[in-house]
Amino acid sequence: MNKIAYFLSAGLTSLSLSVPAMAATKIQWWHAMGGENGAKLEQIAKGFNASQSDYEIVPVYKGNYDETLTGAIAAFRANQQPAIVQVYEVGTGTMMAAQGAIYPVYELMKDEGEPWDQNKFIAPVVGYYSDTSGNVLSLPFNSSTPIMYYNKDVFKKAGLDPETPPKTWAEVEAFSRTIMKSGAAKCGFTSGWISWIQTENLNALHDKPYSTKANGFGGLDAEFTFNNDLTIRHWGNLKKWQDEGLFKFGGPVGGDNAPPMFYSQECAMYMNSSAGRAGVINNAKAFKVGFAPLPYYDDVIKQPLNSIIGGATLWTLKGRPEEEYKGVAKFYTYLQKPEVQADWHQFSGYLPITEAAYKLSQEQGYYEKNPGADVGIKQLTRVTPTENSKGIRFGNYVQVRGIIDDEFAALLGGKKTAKEAVDSVVTRGNQQLRDFEAAN
Amino acid sequence: MQTKRTVFPNKVLPYLLIAPQLLITVVFFLWPAATAFWQSFLRQDAFGFKTNFVWFQNYRRLFADPLYMDAFGHTLVFAVSVTVLSTTLALTLAAAAMRVLRTSRIYSTLLIWPYAVAPAIAGILWWFMFNPSIGIVAYMLRSLGISWNHLINPDNAMVLIVIAATWKQISYNFLFFLAALQSVPRSLQEAGAIDGAGPVKRFWTIVFPLISPTTFYLVVINIVYAMFDTFGIVHATTQGGPARATEILVYKVYFDGFIGLNLGSSAAQSVILMIIVVALTAVQFRFVERRVQY
Repeated sequence: MNKIAYFLSAGLTSLSLSVPAMAATKIQWWHAMGGENGAKLEQIAKGFNASQSDYEIVPVYKGNYDETLTGAIAAFRANQQPAIVQVYEVGTGTMMAAQGAIYPVYELMKDEGEPWDQNKFIAPVVGYYSDTSGNVLSLPFNSSTPIMYYNKDVFKKAGLDPETPPKTWAEVEAFSRTIMKSGAAKCGFTSGWISWIQTENLNALHDKPYSTKANGFGGLDAEFTFNNDLTIRHWGNLKKWQDEGLFKFGGPVGGDNAPPMFYSQECAMYMNSSAGRAGVINNAKAFKVGFAPLPYYDDVIKQPLNSIIGGATLWTLKGRPEEEYKGVAKFYTYLQKPEVQADWHQFSGYLPITEAAYKLSQEQGYYEKNPGADVGIKQLTRVTPTENSKGIRFGNYVQVRGIIDDEFAALLGGKKTAKEAVDSVVTRGNQQLRDFEAAN
Repeated sequence: MQTKRTVFPNKVLPYLLIAPQLLITVVFFLWPAATAFWQSFLRQDAFGFKTNFVWFQNYRRLFADPLYMDAFGHTLVFAVSVTVLSTTLALTLAAAAMRVLRTSRIYSTLLIWPYAVAPAIAGILWWFMFNPSIGIVAYMLRSLGISWNHLINPDNAMVLIVIAATWKQISYNFLFFLAALQSVPRSLQEAGAIDGAGPVKRFWTIVFPLISPTTFYLVVINIVYAMFDTFGIVHATTQGGPARATEILVYKVYFDGFIGLNLGSSAAQSVILMIIVVALTAVQFRFVERRVQY
C-alpha cells in the first residue's frame, strides 16, 4: 500500500518540478549527495549554468542511493523521469538491463556531436561501467576505492614505525597484536563495507574470479564462484581475529559503527572508502592519520592487483524532450573538464576519474600538500586490470550484498563456519541472479 | 447489545454526505490494495518493461522461503513482547500516578513525552545508547560483566527493538489507562475497602474488570502498532539484522520491494499482511471482545 503512495508522490513531485522554462531548457539531475558533497555538487551545476545560457541543470537531492534509484525507477514508470540520475555502482546491473530506459552515454555524445573519448578515463573506472563491447554506458562522476587508514600516534605508542603501515594480512595481524599487547589501543582494526572491501575487493586484489562469465560482465547467466579457498580463509581469519579482539565488526552494509571506533582511537586501523577521507580528517583532530593500500595475502599473490571501485555514475534516462539531451551532452562535456573534476576530487575525496584531472591535481601540488590523498588512485592504477579485477556486474546485487552481510553476521555470531557462510552466500546469491535473469 | 437501525427518508443525500469519506477510502485504500493484489501475481523487471503473469508463484516462493517463515516468527515474538510489556508497564505507571494525585499531572506530562518522538528518532536514540562502541548503556552493561553487541548477537538485537518500540508506546497506553482509572468510581473502591479488601485485591476484582474495555482496545492497538508501525524503529536500529534476525514482516516488504526491487514478492507480502490484519481484527472482535465487560 505504501508503495503506491510512494509512486504517486514521486510522480507528483516530478510533475510539479517539470514546469517548462521560459528561456533556458531545464534539465533535471537527481542525485544522492547529501551534506557537504551535495553543496559542492550544486556549485558544479551552477558553474555549468553560468557557462552558457541555453540550458539549466536543476540538481534535485533524492535521498540516499537506494532512494534515488527507486525514486527514478518509480518516476520512469510514471513517465516523469529526470534526464540524469546518479546511480551507485551496485545498481549498474539493474540499469544496464533496462535497455529501453537508458540512453548510453557514448551514443548520446555521438548523437549530439559532443567530443567523447573514453580513453581519457582511468581504466578501472571506465571498465566497471562499460558493456561487453567496451562502450561506456554511464558517465563516471564520483568513484572511490577502499583504502586503509591508520592511527600514527597509536603506532608510535606501540613501538611501531608510524611511517610503515602493514602491507600484508600477516602484518595486519602481527601489528594488531603488538598494539593490543602494548595497550596503545583496544583493538587492531575495523572495516566498513564487509561486502565491498572484505569480499569483492579481496577477490579482485588476489586475481580470483568472483563469478563465471567474467564477473558478470559476460551476461545475466553468470554464477558466483567466490566461495574459493581465499574468501573462506579470509572470513575464517576475520572470525578468529574477532574472537581474539584484534578485529571489531562495524556493522552491516556500510558499517555505521566502524568510523566511530577509529575516530575514538579504539581501533588503530580502519578500512573504508577513499571518499571517507574528509570525514576521517575532520574527526581525527586528536591524532595523526596515515593512509595505506589494502593489505593482501603474500602467499596467494606476490603483487596484488588493482582494487575495484565504488561510488556512482550518471545515467541518462530516455523519454525526455529532444532538446534536453543536447543540454545533457553539453553538461557531460563540462563535467569531464580537468578543472571541474580536479576540484570535485580534491574537495570530496572521490577519485579523479580522468587522467587529466589526476595530472592537474599533481601539477597543483595537491598530493604534496595532502600526503596520502593519492593512495586510492595509485592502488587503483598500479596494474592493468585483469578480467578478475575489472569490477563486478550483477542484477539484484543490492540483495546479494544484503546476503553477504547476513551470512557474515551469522559467522561472527558463531552460527556458521566460514565455509558454511561463504557457501551459503553463493547459493542464496545465485538464486537472486536466477530471479533477475528470469525477470529481464 | 441493542441494534441501531436508522432509516433515512432521502435516498441520495446520505450517500452524498459520506461521499468524501468513500472517495478517500477508494483512492487511498481500495485502489492501492487492488493494485497490490494484481501485482502480487506478476513478475516484473524494475522498470516495468517485461511483465509476466505468474499466478501464485510469488506466494509459493514466499512460503517456501525459510526466511519468510522466520520473519513470521520474529513478528510474533516482537508483537507479543511489545504488547505485553507496554501495556503492563503503562498500567503500572498509571496506577502509580493515581496514588500520587497531587503531582500526577507532572508525571503524566513527563510520561507522555516519548509519544511525541518520531519512530526513526526513537530508533536512533536507542541505537546510540546501545551502540557497542560508543553507547552508554552498552558501556554500563559491560562493566556489569554483560557483553552487549546487537550487531552480532540476534537476541541482543531483538531485545533492543523491543525496548525501543515499547518505550515509544508506553506513553500512549499510559494516557488511556490513566483516564480509565480516573473514571472508576471511588465509591466502589471504598466499599471494597470497608469490606476488608486490600489494595491488590481491590485492584484485581474491582478496578481491572472496570477498565477491561480500555485494556482490550489497547491490546488491539498495540498489536497493530507493533506489527505495522515500528518500521522506523527497526530501520534506524538494526535494519533487520544481524543475519535478518530482527526482520519483521513490514520490514521485509520494504526491503524486498524498495531495496531489492522485487515488486511481485513485495506485493504478495503486502497482500498477506492485509489478510493478517483482517483476520486479526475479526478474531479479536469475535472472541476476545466477549470477555470484555462494557
